[in-house]
Amino acid sequence: MTALAMQGVGITLGGTVVLDDITLHVAEGEFVSILGPSGAGKSTIFRLLTGALRHDRGMVTAGGRPLDQGEPGFAFMPQRDALMPWRRILDNLTLGLEVQGMARREARARVLPLLSAFGLAGFERHYPAQLSGGMRQRAALLRTLVQGRPVQLLDEPFGALDALTRTQMQAWFEDRWREARWTTLLVTHDVREAVALSDRIYVLSRRPARVIAEIPVPAPRPRLGRAPGPDAHALEAQLVDILLTQTGDQT
Amino acid sequence: MQHPPPRHQGGGLIRGIPAILSVVSAFVIWELYVRVSGISPLMLPAPSRVLEQMVQNRALLWHNTLPTIQATLSGFALSVSVAFALSIVLDFMPRVRRALFPIFVVSQTLPLVAIAPLVVLWFGFDLTPKILLVALVTFFPMLVALVDGYASTDPEIEALLRSMGASRRVLFRTARLPSAMPYFFAGLRISITYAVVAAIFAEYVGARAGLGIVILNAKNSFRPDLVLAAVVISSVLTLVLFAATALLQRIVLRWRDVGEVR
Ligand SMILES: Nc1ncnc2c1ncn2[C@@H]1O[C@H](COP(=O)(O)OP(=O)(O)OP(=O)(O)O)[C@@H](O)[C@H]1O
Ligand SMILES: [Mg+2]
Repeated sequence: MTALAMQGVGITLGGTVVLDDITLHVAEGEFVSILGPSGAGKSTIFRLLTGALRHDRGMVTAGGRPLDQGEPGFAFMPQRDALMPWRRILDNLTLGLEVQGMARREARARVLPLLSAFGLAGFERHYPAQLSGGMRQRAALLRTLVQGRPVQLLDEPFGALDALTRTQMQAWFEDRWREARWTTLLVTHDVREAVALSDRIYVLSRRPARVIAEIPVPAPRPRLGRAPGPDAHALEAQLVDILLTQTGDQT
Repeated sequence: MQHPPPRHQGGGLIRGIPAILSVVSAFVIWELYVRVSGISPLMLPAPSRVLEQMVQNRALLWHNTLPTIQATLSGFALSVSVAFALSIVLDFMPRVRRALFPIFVVSQTLPLVAIAPLVVLWFGFDLTPKILLVALVTFFPMLVALVDGYASTDPEIEALLRSMGASRRVLFRTARLPSAMPYFFAGLRISITYAVVAAIFAEYVGARAGLGIVILNAKNSFRPDLVLAAVVISSVLTLVLFAATALLQRIVLRWRDVGEVR
């Protein structure tokens, strides 16, 4: 079943056409990536899906229903981790559940068993400033996933990390994903990351953004933690070629 | 990495030493100057004489310090609670904010010298006008601190909360209010220093008792030593209140004192 679909979606912000024509879909249990140059409008797609913006043109459906009717059922991880510095890690993790109206005690009981899988055990009483970048990112991820929403929207979850930590986190995340199979829409400008994690990849043009390619990734999982096959390399090269046509005179 | 020590643990006293030294040496120089020059105590009393007078007149001073403390604390409590309540209204109603803010700015430009006699005229020699004047002086800094504090909320945190389905009320409680706390305490520390001065000035204009009255009477009977004794008490009072707000801030904003590991 289709968890999320966008049909000819466009938006103009302050006189600038940011999204021109976005058509994409995510099936249940599927991992889909949006790959695009910097400033293309990737985060704008998420701002639209989370209700921070409204699209001018086209149609968005979540679980078969138009976006503005009822709960869309997305859990969102913003581009920066957006952890609240005044809340301890545990209280940051329960935030989504508490907003949903769950009692704090119950929310904690839901979060606590997941801490060790996310490498956060022993740090639940710490404040975000006391955590390393990788840990903060894992905390932001757990805060997203624990909400139990049908679709996960992840905006460059590993973008702020150094190369080594990023590679570790991607492999770790692939393991988690293979266990849970969250329906996921991932935004990234990292070609390797998109190829390693996705079932399908949409490539965006530079602003005004349109979908210029849709590419399935058939390689078997797990893909990370071992040498990538020649198919993966060919795919990465193909994607880089497409993206290179989209850089240049953008502002 | 486990529980790093708080940033300023125990450092307070040691870092205060230069300040204490400079104050003490200022008093020593003053004392020496008075003794060597033989200047009349009616012009400039030595610190030792001021201290002596404080001890001698302790009953009188204590009796007059209590009303000042009362006016300061009541006025301050009034202004902080009104500013807090109003800041919430303004945060939820931006149009009201734009309509009312100029009025609050004007309230700040009113000269205390002109306003105080009027307020005393309207409300008499009791506590009420003092409370009102203290509140008037401290209200605006508190309101601005809160309104600015709400506006400082990280937009990304707000977007996150909205994506979770948070209402405007939940947004305020979980993000905007905590974001405003550092601003609130900055405002608190600034206005608490205005508060004592405003209370004393209000008494000076018209009251039955208070440090302002001590100063007025001492001045009229040519007793600079007693004026200075009242000044010393008001300074100590301000410092104590300032320290109390700093302590409260340390407790409420504990998360800002944790060490950064990144
Ligand atoms: N309110 C606005 N008014 C005008 N232009 C806007 C507005 N909001 C966003 N834009 C423009 O839309 C474009 C897309 O922004 P967006 O944040 O979605 O890019 P992105 O693909 O997520 O980039 P990055 O990879 O750097 O995160 C940017 O060029 C930005 O300048
Ligand atoms: Mg972005």
